[in-house]
Amino acid sequence: MNSLLNVIFTTDFAFSLLRVTTPILFAALGALISNRAGIINIGMEGIMLVSALAGVIVSAYTQSAWVGLLGAVLSGTLIAGILAFFTLKFKTHIILGGVAINMFASGGTVFILYLLSGDKGSSTSLASKVLPSVQIPLIKDIPVLGPILSGHHILTYVSILAVLAVYYLLNRTPLGLRIRSVGENPHAAQSVGVSVVKIQYTALLLSGFFASLGGAYMSMGYLSLFTRDMIAGRGWIAIAAESMGRSTTIGTALTSLLFGAADALSNALQVLKIPAELIATLPYVATVIGLLIYAVSETRKKNKKVKSPVAK
Amino acid sequence: MEHALLEMRGITKVYPNGVVANHDVHFSLREGEIHAIAGENGAGKSTLMKIMFGMEEPSEGDISIRGEKVKLQSPQDAIDRGIGMVHQHFMLVPSFTVAENMVLGMEPRKGVGFNYNEAVRLTEETARKYNLAVNPKAKVEDLTVGMKQKVEILKALVRGAKILILDEPTAVLTPQETEELFVELQHLKEQGHTIVFISHKLKEVKAICDRITIMRGGRSEGVFQTKDVTEQEISRLMVGRDVVLKYDKDNVPFGKPVLSVDKLSVHDSQGKALLEEVSFAVREGQIVGIAGVEGNGQNQLVEALTGGLHAVSSSGSVKVNATDILAADILRIRSLGVSYIPEDRMRQGAAGDASISDNLISTRYRSKDMNKGPLLNGKRIAALAASLVEEFKVRCSGPQQPIGMLSGGNMQKVVVARECSTSPQLLIAEQPTRGVDIGAAQFIHQKLLELRSAGSGIVLLSADLNEILELSDSLLVMYEGEIVAYFENPSKVSEEELGLYMLGINRQDKQQIGRAVNHV
Repeated sequence: MNSLLNVIFTTDFAFSLLRVTTPILFAALGALISNRAGIINIGMEGIMLVSALAGVIVSAYTQSAWVGLLGAVLSGTLIAGILAFFTLKFKTHIILGGVAINMFASGGTVFILYLLSGDKGSSTSLASKVLPSVQIPLIKDIPVLGPILSGHHILTYVSILAVLAVYYLLNRTPLGLRIRSVGENPHAAQSVGVSVVKIQYTALLLSGFFASLGGAYMSMGYLSLFTRDMIAGRGWIAIAAESMGRSTTIGTALTSLLFGAADALSNALQVLKIPAELIATLPYVATVIGLLIYAVSETRKKNKKVKSPVAK
Repeated sequence: MEHALLEMRGITKVYPNGVVANHDVHFSLREGEIHAIAGENGAGKSTLMKIMFGMEEPSEGDISIRGEKVKLQSPQDAIDRGIGMVHQHFMLVPSFTVAENMVLGMEPRKGVGFNYNEAVRLTEETARKYNLAVNPKAKVEDLTVGMKQKVEILKALVRGAKILILDEPTAVLTPQETEELFVELQHLKEQGHTIVFISHKLKEVKAICDRITIMRGGRSEGVFQTKDVTEQEISRLMVGRDVVLKYDKDNVPFGKPVLSVDKLSVHDSQGKALLEEVSFAVREGQIVGIAGVEGNGQNQLVEALTGGLHAVSSSGSVKVNATDILAADILRIRSLGVSYIPEDRMRQGAAGDASISDNLISTRYRSKDMNKGPLLNGKRIAALAASLVEEFKVRCSGPQQPIGMLSGGNMQKVVVARECSTSPQLLIAEQPTRGVDIGAAQFIHQKLLELRSAGSGIVLLSADLNEILELSDSLLVMYEGEIVAYFENPSKVSEEELGLYMLGINRQDKQQIGRAVNHV
């Protein structure tokens, strides 16, 4: 037990917590926006994978990490656009579309990787670039906090800013108001002249945008290369985090952090003699318990509401 | 020549499924009046109003505003031309505040952000101007129905509506809220607004409307000055039957009571009475008809009889052969020999993707007959399905065809076959022939009469006066959750007389209504 605490209460662990949360957080914010518009984008995994590869390829050919990032974001948003086009224009079921995107991405990325590098496993032969890490002046000199908060990858800081941006977008802008109205009562939105389809397009593109930031982080920060299926379920975990966070920005950020913690823990605990598989179940056990508590409290609230007017 | 504010000429609307909802309808609106559109359910009021608000485009006919021809292709077109609508089912976002709902789609901005304070101010200003008090910062989901309606009216007004269409605005209101609404509407009229008031409640129409357009069967029956026509005349124009059906009924004496409803009252979560002290009985071999304009408690009554009433508060008793079923679940009620033909065959009556055969056994797949050990008995099921398809003349490619591919009439025959073939003690038939062609309707009527001859008790709820007057042995009329009339020989009742009760103009005294319990 002591050795467990020794692992958790270190600055290294806190640092890695932020590091592994970043891709989950990005994707969860993306899932949040599309969900609030009433459209579940389950293609997060595929979008992240495509953008991860695009970042590596573009940066390798242009020799600029920043152009690589742009390429990653454009390709991820494009994939989301394709999903939106099929769903909103041709009325394909969004779940089918999402599954198609995921499967296409899984196979397609390996295919393109092989075409360009002759390798089906990773992009080691491509000289891709990595986005920089940032030392924050002043903060980096604070004991304990400094090593935790400073020196992260730039996209990690962007992800924290993105939480604020998404919060502002959803709660403080006309677009956010419309996104939420479309998700909650599309008829109401339509009756006052809000175009439901236009809003859902926008929301899906935004979800692709955020997911692709997460994808770019994976291959240009978390690792410095692309490997096949490198997203490894983070897109799915992000969808779970969004739902467990009850579709609020703050809740989503906190549950992303929780899943990140479980991820970081399973990395850190590999030094101990606890089976890694058992540790890997932690986030899911946490999910089940969290949802249980949530369901019980909601049911109680509802029962109260139903009973009170009748009781008179 | 002075132009009408809004004029609709020769409006015909045919839906893709062939239903003619409006046929050559004329409607003309004068500036500053409150104009009622009255008619029974299915008379075409809703369609006309949807066309007026740009939600549907007419197949024929044209619309002009102040003499200028217009095309209304979306609600936005209508809003832009100063037409606002208060829907019966409110178009509000529950988790939003009043102010947020008010400005949705036309949000005030501050930089890139949404200016909530300005939204609140605008709401307050509009509310004050029209004397409609609301709390801009309250969440809509916490509001009463009456308050939500105010928000809806304000929503239309803040978008510049000069013509306000209200779709059955009083259907969801308590009497006090209704009075309040009328004061508000009068006030709006004084400020120069024009109001279209859709209703089938004649008292209300008489109380606040200047003119009235009456619709029946998709046609406009005429426009009247409200003060020039009596409620009786309006009722006669609204209610009527076109073709008279005739059936021969066996003269078998009724048996013992199978259903007794005693002082059944139901309240909704807001405490509004949906059913009030409803008492009646149904005996073996008797068809008891229940007439009434939709939304006068029939749904709650059916729910009480079929086990769907658990969430709301109720009192009284509903007994099937002396067993109280008010708290029983559906399986238990069915095991007592109760069958149910629901009004909505697509949603409740049948599983569209499942086969005819699967639908037929869905109420009895548990019975020993249908099973062989742990598995279903395919042979028995096939034989049953084949014989029912034949007996009920279901036109299909075979019992394995998905029921959703059948026409409405054939689909309904399958539902009727399922419910009638179990020799029920009691059958609840809710709109059994709605949307069904004449041939299928007559066939279903025959089947109901056969069941009656075999000694089943039947509760028949129908908006089709023809059907209900002809089939019923005795007839109840419901109005606002109460039984207001009881007739022993319905085929002798004229539709005019019935209309007076259905629309709440007349009601019988307690003693007469009380006969529904004993049928004496």
